[in-house]
Amino acid sequence: MTRRIALVNALLAAFVTVAAAQQILINAGGATFPYPIYSKWFDEYHKKVPNIAINYASIGSGGGIAQVTAGTVDFGASDGPMSDAQMKEFQDKRGSAILHFPTVLGAAVPTYNIPGVTAQLNFTGEALAGMFLGKITKWDDPEITKANPGVKLPSNTIVVVHRSDNSGTTFIWTDYLSKVSKDWATKPGRGTSVDWPVGLGGKGSEGVSGSIQQTANSVGYVELVYAIQNKMTYGKVKNAAGEFVLASLAGVTAAAAAVKEMPEDFRVSITNAPGKGVYPISSFTWLLIPSKITDPAKKKAIKDFLAWMLADGQKMTEALSYAPLPKAVVTKELKAIDKIQ
Amino acid sequence: MAASPTTALNARPSGRVSAFWQRLRSGDDIAYVVTLTCALTILALAALLVFELYTNSTLPREKFGWSFLVGTTWDPVAGQYGALPFIYGTVVTSALALLMGIPLGVGAAIFLAELAPTKISNGLTFLIELLAAVPSVIFGLLGIFVLVPALIALEPAIRAVLGWTPLFSGPFYGVSMFSAGVVLTVMIIPFIISISREVILAVPTEQREGALALGATRWETTWNVVLPFAKKGIMGSIFLALARSLGETMAVTMVIGNEAKIHESLFAPGYSIAAVIANNFSEASDALERGTYIELGLVLFGLTIVINGLARVLVLSTTRKGAS
Amino acid sequence: MLSLTGVCTLVAVGTLLFILGYLFFHGGTSLTTDFFTKLPTPVGESGGGMANALLGSAKLLLLASCIGIPIGFLGGVYLSEFGGSSFSYIVRYTTDLLNGVPSIVIGIFAYILIVLPQGHYSTLSGGLALGVMMIPIAIRSSEDFLRAVPVSMREGAMALGASKAKTIFTVVIPAAKAGLITGIMLNVARVAGETAPLIFTAFGNRYWSPGWEQPTAALPVMIYTYAISPYADWKQQAWSAGFVLLMLVLTINVFARMILSKRGHVAR
Repeated sequence: MTRRIALVNALLAAFVTVAAAQQILINAGGATFPYPIYSKWFDEYHKKVPNIAINYASIGSGGGIAQVTAGTVDFGASDGPMSDAQMKEFQDKRGSAILHFPTVLGAAVPTYNIPGVTAQLNFTGEALAGMFLGKITKWDDPEITKANPGVKLPSNTIVVVHRSDNSGTTFIWTDYLSKVSKDWATKPGRGTSVDWPVGLGGKGSEGVSGSIQQTANSVGYVELVYAIQNKMTYGKVKNAAGEFVLASLAGVTAAAAAVKEMPEDFRVSITNAPGKGVYPISSFTWLLIPSKITDPAKKKAIKDFLAWMLADGQKMTEALSYAPLPKAVVTKELKAIDKIQ
Repeated sequence: MAASPTTALNARPSGRVSAFWQRLRSGDDIAYVVTLTCALTILALAALLVFELYTNSTLPREKFGWSFLVGTTWDPVAGQYGALPFIYGTVVTSALALLMGIPLGVGAAIFLAELAPTKISNGLTFLIELLAAVPSVIFGLLGIFVLVPALIALEPAIRAVLGWTPLFSGPFYGVSMFSAGVVLTVMIIPFIISISREVILAVPTEQREGALALGATRWETTWNVVLPFAKKGIMGSIFLALARSLGETMAVTMVIGNEAKIHESLFAPGYSIAAVIANNFSEASDALERGTYIELGLVLFGLTIVINGLARVLVLSTTRKGAS
Repeated sequence: MLSLTGVCTLVAVGTLLFILGYLFFHGGTSLTTDFFTKLPTPVGESGGGMANALLGSAKLLLLASCIGIPIGFLGGVYLSEFGGSSFSYIVRYTTDLLNGVPSIVIGIFAYILIVLPQGHYSTLSGGLALGVMMIPIAIRSSEDFLRAVPVSMREGAMALGASKAKTIFTVVIPAAKAGLITGIMLNVARVAGETAPLIFTAFGNRYWSPGWEQPTAALPVMIYTYAISPYADWKQQAWSAGFVLLMLVLTINVFARMILSKRGHVAR
């Protein structure tokens, strides 16, 4: 009998709003790219501090920016930094400034499917830009072959695959292409979604990788995390120092460390960064945290979490194929946490 | 075919206030008022929806005006937005879906209602209705990983039969408007089959018996007597199916190739309105871009009005010829 | 000619069985009890489940059905029994229009109407969004099946002195019962698999969601999030969730039919 009552109680509790005893639920939303590492962090943090539950949903970087501005989530996350206009909008709507906190680093890698070619190809920035602009149309184009001596490339037509959905990965990719190619910078330029001159659109990384797998002579880009986890073959990219670098967690962290002057608000693009061993198509991903949080319990929880993330959290990134932040950035961020009032 | 059950029996209540309150007790008026309110909810919802879509898309509407509908470039970076490729893709994929889905669906419904033994018919229909519950995402995944390779394998055969038309020309990469049409067909079939079957089953036996007694064959009975009787219901299911295919997002975007250009060939990639909204809305970088996706929602609404209108005209013209 | 219909059925049923089989092999075979009892775990940790998403989906469907089915059904009754004028034509037309609105637009609509004023995501807004989606489908299908009931039955009842309301509720509706239930089940099934509206209203939740005012996890959203991730074990969970979603709908289907009907058609 008592068991039945307990069961009924439990069921009722699910349907009736119970005054949540002490558990603080913090809602956050934003970029899809870091979702796996964020979910790991929030889960681990919840184990450490059981009365704090941070609930993160991937609604997209733009969604993260929009929702934190609208106030429906306590903080947001984005693969691309907010623009000045967006930050001003936040200031106007919420009455305080918005702070950027980098969390991990990501990278985009070129991946391809050429029948008969199993080698790891080298790509120069010009080659990538040319292919995606539709100017380089065959695999045996000199721009590609000169970087790959010893590899027999067929004379087949290149099929370009890009992301169809708005995404931070596209932002990184087009940001890089804009830096290495003036033609690209003029049009289509950089953005989370651009007017692609050529190519098929795949939805999400799985759409792109699926298309590439099934289409001969194709080339596209996916997140490094995705390529590693799915054991895809990806090519090396020439960095600003002239080396052909295969994307790796170390190379990505090096790109972040190469930033000479990290701005106070951490909004910086690190694509095509100078230095040796740097992987050129890398980027930070940020948490967007209001500088003024009225609820004292939530404020403490978020600040504590940030401190934990910068210490213990950074140790968990490599297992999931995310690159950790360089030490200099961590130190600077720890100081910046005090900005949250 | 049954005349509208309401014409002969329309007991629309009328009367003065006190008589009205008295009659309220009888239940007829309560039934009328309650059901009327519910029917009005639909109009209220639609009006509210259009209102919200309209007010939240002021930015792009003021900027582009009607050129939004005929422009062919979609460039968020340059701030240039033209919706014609999406309109084209939506219309073509839905048309494909209906072209393939209606014969398959109605054919299967006839079989299940008329020919199959009851137990098998019930069992199969039960399973078919389950298909309606499969989330769009799963259809999308099945589309990429199962359908697209299958179509790539089938492509030479299709080209051999239909390759002479410009509709099936050009290179084929698997993701295309044709693939989207096929996925949509699979998604709308459960609605057509399930509803059509029920409506066919509801046709009174006397009608069938009458036709058979006059010497008609099984097929003639079905085609000339049963189907016209069930026509309204079947049409209803087709409208439901059309609606579903116009608004379908996830599954379409995974197999259509997502290229915002208009191509002649069905083998080429394309884009649909619902797909582009789903792909880009969450990440839209500024208010203008967000407004364009809402305006696209409004455009789809308008498109649905036009298509529905055309479909109704089509239905009216065929009904006039056939049994009324 | 009739044999062609057999071919159609074969194609339709074949596709369906293929999909169900695929879902079963990909998702059903790796189902564990953990799936039904545990909360989601981060990637790389085994033993996670979607218990909160199951409960969330159930709550959302319950709320949506309570809103969508009565309103839609009664609206269908109006169109079928009291209609016949241009007003009904407009209502029917508008219903078809609403059916064609992409679910993502309904989600945005619910977001603007409920989430923004409230200032937070909630199960309530999710249920309302789904309920709004259910109304037009319910109206259309109810009307179709009610109309299919022959006029003779209505005339018979009225001849015996029954009032209009009594005729509708004691004669017409029971006669159309089988079809009406089919319509409701299709409706619930369709809405159970909707993802886009929930992203904007129920948001998602990695934890339990008590009551109606907090964001909640739901099966379709979990499927979507996991399916597009790079991790093999999450993708596996997505397939399992897809299979479970189907089973959930099947259970509702069976349960409802058992309670609400002795399956019978108009006498032949």
